[in-house]
Amino acid sequence: MFEAIAFYLFAILTAVMFYITVTTKQALFALTALAAGMIFISAFFFILGADFLGVVQIIVYTGAVMALYAFGMMFFDTTRELKEKNGSSLITAGLSILSAVFVVLIFVAPIVSTKVQVTAAAIEGATNSQSVGMVLFTKYLVPFELAAVMLLVAMIAGIVLAGKKMDRSLTLMGEEEIMLAEEARRKVLL
Amino acid sequence: MDMAYLIETIVKIVVIMLIFSALAGLGTYFERKVLAFMQRRLGPMNVGPYGLLQVAADGIKLFTKEDIIPTNVVAPIFKFAPVITAATAFMAAAAIPFWPQFTVFGYTVHPIVADTEIGLLYVMAVMAIGLYGLLLGGMASANKFSLISAARTAAIFVSYEVVTGLSLLAPIMVVGSLSLIDFNNYQVGGVSHWLVWSQPVAFILFWIAAFAETGRTPFHLIANDHEIIDGFGTEYSGMRWGLFFIGEYANMFFISFVIALVFLGGFGDGGLGGALALIAKVAFFFFFFLWTRAAWPDVRPDQLMWLCWKVLMPLAVINVVVTGLVMMF
Repeated sequence: MFEAIAFYLFAILTAVMFYITVTTKQALFALTALAAGMIFISAFFFILGADFLGVVQIIVYTGAVMALYAFGMMFFDTTRELKEKNGSSLITAGLSILSAVFVVLIFVAPIVSTKVQVTAAAIEGATNSQSVGMVLFTKYLVPFELAAVMLLVAMIAGIVLAGKKMDRSLTLMGEEEIMLAEEARRKVLL
Repeated sequence: MDMAYLIETIVKIVVIMLIFSALAGLGTYFERKVLAFMQRRLGPMNVGPYGLLQVAADGIKLFTKEDIIPTNVVAPIFKFAPVITAATAFMAAAAIPFWPQFTVFGYTVHPIVADTEIGLLYVMAVMAIGLYGLLLGGMASANKFSLISAARTAAIFVSYEVVTGLSLLAPIMVVGSLSLIDFNNYQVGGVSHWLVWSQPVAFILFWIAAFAETGRTPFHLIANDHEIIDGFGTEYSGMRWGLFFIGEYANMFFISFVIALVFLGGFGDGGLGGALALIAKVAFFFFFFLWTRAAWPDVRPDQLMWLCWKVLMPLAVINVVVTGLVMMF
């Protein structure tokens, strides 16, 4: 009974949060609702007994949405409402219903056709995090390593793009030094 | 799920809430006294004996003060932000074993609300959400200094989460479990079995990161002390401001429990001596937070980033690699 109560509670909360995310005009509301929705999703993992994935969901998405906040801070005045250009609301509603139906179809079709096979059976006696680790480092080792390499490439690219003039710190430079550097920059530009 | 279990859990939650809310209040008193003695002052002296009732006076003041919501703020988020900080601090406590199990009138009590196998990870994850309170409070305030504070919160959060996770990874590898009770049982053999001897680097790194996680002094930039305002709390008044404080002090106590359980043997074999030793360890780490505040200035934001990415993170990675090599051969 508790599981049913928890499931419906968090299902409603998650749906409401994501509804707010897409409909509100206030950037701060949208980001906060997104973070809340992502954290509420972890409840489903806990209900299903996948504690490890639930906590990973919390860790990953709090950090990720926090970075979105930082971007929001840089690009908008987050305390004001944004003026959005809305096309026909009929098209928006139609498209969203259509895509929702498609997503449900994609996930339900294999279940209905009863051709689902267990490719990695649950390991007897292993704890939650142990079984995740075993599957990840045996059956899915190649995708896991590929993802790791991609992330490494992205990180190095980010450092290269953002790392220009990193050896210079405006905080440590004196007023005069900054002025001189500014002069030199202007001369180069001219 | 039977009724007895449900009632027991609710009682445990209420007891932990009451004890740590009271301790958070008393924590402010301890902080003022310790800071005062280190600066050769007396601290609060007038309300009650040795100023002990100062906590009650502060409480009455905070509860009865007008709750001002300034114009231009994003009111719903402004009102909700302090609740996030206080609530997540207590939610994180669900997986912490505060005391070894004991028997009262023939009934065995496990002083842990949810004994999950991923306890440590859960505590760190939920504690980290607490920084959302500071971020949202700062961003919703419609105040430039609050916004700066929110930006610093985001920077600290994104950087020091890395150090916390990587420094804890090595002890997790050694113990082979994420449950805080397993950590305690691994070190049950006495002082020489404590993880602090085999993982000294991880211990120091996690201790440093704990200051960032709770926003305490060397990393207290989020409160803009040097601008003589209170950062994210500038626009707040009354109990909403007080909730930020309850969250911060509760977090300090809980992270002290985590450090003591992971690195310093926790409650040992579960006897009364071990339980009292755990309290003593937590008290020391709490005192150390206050000691640092009296002895150290805040670091600059760029020094903070330098420390995190160029010193602590490489050290943590090297520590993980070395631990792995030692365990392999």
